[in-house]
Amino acid sequence: MMPGSTDSAEQIGDILRAHDGLEGPLLPVLHAVQAAFGYIPGDALPLIAQHLNISRAEVHGVISFYHDFREEPAGRHVLKLCRAEACQAMGADRVAAHARDALGIGWHQTTPDGAVTLEPVFCLGLCACAPAALVDGRVVGRVDEARVDALIAEVRL
Amino acid sequence: MRIYVPLDSAAKALGAQEVVAAVKAEALRRGLEVTVVRNGSRGMVWLEPLLEVDSAAGRMAFGPVGPGDVAGLFDAGFGAHDKALGLTDDLPWMKAQTRLTFARCGVIDPLSLEDYQAHGGLTGLRRALGMTPDAIVAEVTDSGLRGRGGAGFPTGIKWKTVAGATADRKYIVCNADEGDSGTFADRMIMEGDPFTLIEGMVIAGLGVGADKGFIYSRSEYPDANAVLADAIRLARAFGLLGASVLGLGPAFDIELRIGAGAYVCGEETALLNSLEGKRGVVRAKPPLPALEGFMGRPTVVNNVISLATVPVIFERGASFYRDFGLGRSRGTIPLQIAGNVRRGGLFETAFGMPLGTIIDDLAGGTATGRPVKAVQVGGPLGAYFPRALFDTPFGYEDYAQKGGLIGHAGIVVFDDSADMLAQARFAMEFCAIESCGKCTPCRIGAVRGVETVDRIARGDAAAIPLLTDLCETMKAGSLCALGGFTPYPVMSALTHFPDDFHTSAKEAAE
Repeated sequence: MMPGSTDSAEQIGDILRAHDGLEGPLLPVLHAVQAAFGYIPGDALPLIAQHLNISRAEVHGVISFYHDFREEPAGRHVLKLCRAEACQAMGADRVAAHARDALGIGWHQTTPDGAVTLEPVFCLGLCACAPAALVDGRVVGRVDEARVDALIAEVRL
Repeated sequence: MRIYVPLDSAAKALGAQEVVAAVKAEALRRGLEVTVVRNGSRGMVWLEPLLEVDSAAGRMAFGPVGPGDVAGLFDAGFGAHDKALGLTDDLPWMKAQTRLTFARCGVIDPLSLEDYQAHGGLTGLRRALGMTPDAIVAEVTDSGLRGRGGAGFPTGIKWKTVAGATADRKYIVCNADEGDSGTFADRMIMEGDPFTLIEGMVIAGLGVGADKGFIYSRSEYPDANAVLADAIRLARAFGLLGASVLGLGPAFDIELRIGAGAYVCGEETALLNSLEGKRGVVRAKPPLPALEGFMGRPTVVNNVISLATVPVIFERGASFYRDFGLGRSRGTIPLQIAGNVRRGGLFETAFGMPLGTIIDDLAGGTATGRPVKAVQVGGPLGAYFPRALFDTPFGYEDYAQKGGLIGHAGIVVFDDSADMLAQARFAMEFCAIESCGKCTPCRIGAVRGVETVDRIARGDAAAIPLLTDLCETMKAGSLCALGGFTPYPVMSALTHFPDDFHTSAKEAAE
């Protein structure tokens, strides 16, 4: 959202009104805002707080508690690699190290060209075809070094 | 011709979408009338994508099928082929199971209420609609069903507490925050037979007098969430959900909510806070969620598998279900076999199967072909078992006696290349990352735990008793299972695999 943009404020207002009547609406609201903007823009906080009659600190506390919510935009593509035990048993640590080297970034970072953000994830429920990955919401199983290279090449096209 | 290719995430992760595209293209090229049914998974993940074709004798299985196999399968008329496995129901993995909760999973079109009913769906609910709330709760109690999320609390007792509470509104909350590594039973049933979960929740609502249900699922499960959202929409259109259940009962509706990547929200009180729109911080108990749960009102919080098992209990009767199992572990359990295994997947069976049978016979050992070193049962908070404990029968009490837990019945196998000190370190690291921060033993203890394991790795043997002491503190002083059970993987690694801890100490000394 561009700072002070009235269009965005209107869009957030629409999202808030669409969630009126829900019991405990904050998480659905934050998911919807992030789906619309790719992250939770800072100037969305007062709007959300006011509409839900809670403090900005409470909204910030919730955003910062959950791994999913971003306060900055991600890269154009998000590569999530599972770090949990079943994937470890099939070499996930090695594959993750390869991915970090190939992209030249660490966990939670985005490549300088803005193409790929690398995130750890703890379990995609693909534990019988490990190691597992999620590329922009698409599941991938039996990920090895070659597969990582192919996935990176694919999203960089 | 009807061809089945699963929509299950594991099948998709292994190329099911590409197989479906190839099947459709090939059918078009040959001018053949082909209906592609997207079923759930049969649970044989090593054979995914598993393609099935209707035949006079039953469903014939082919797998694992790649897009490159499809033309050849058409050429062979879906008969003799390298990938032909025979009748699905005759495969040893399928024949050896007792599929009660997963009876329909992989068989039906998950989003067809017609299919669902043709395979016994809604029979249980129709029976429940003719029963009093007390009788519904008693049926669940009599079945011996216990919480499949891991805690193993008797489901009927929980329902009774909620049923007995007085409030203007009560809730059914389905805990679908399946965050434990090695577990995917919830995901499989939500993708492969979502109506059974919905039916179970409706029955729970009838039993305790609740008219609103929530399914709290995970953002890590985009495919399951899409299927669930469709299933809820279809259930409303059909009248299974809405102002009057099937036009016969009271109102009941379900809302799907998605978490935001916090493991601790799988803990029921943290889940309730999250559902209310707060940080997923654990609540102290009492008050029990059954009395003061969502929005301070009486709430049933049950795991997906517990709720999805309710329909078959009502369809076949409590005593039918209770007759499976051993000791106080009644009924069946969907084992999820994962990690470094030759044959991984879901296998539903009565409680009681020894761990060794699961690892050596069902899984067929490791995928790498190396010896099995350790098996972690019950997710990231479960103990690592060595081969010496492979005679342990699968049951709540049996695992507790051996210093472990069955958790959500996820079984992760490691070969002899695993470094158990590294696994112990990871358990502490994971606890530090995922701690909600409410209680000190977990929030601070996990950080100190990582540091202490690192000291041991650097050769400081004096840190071993420190780690043991820290684990005792976390076990006794944490509010919930995250801090309280992280000592299980750590201490079991230290106890059963001492060489991995002492070798590094010795090497450093030399």
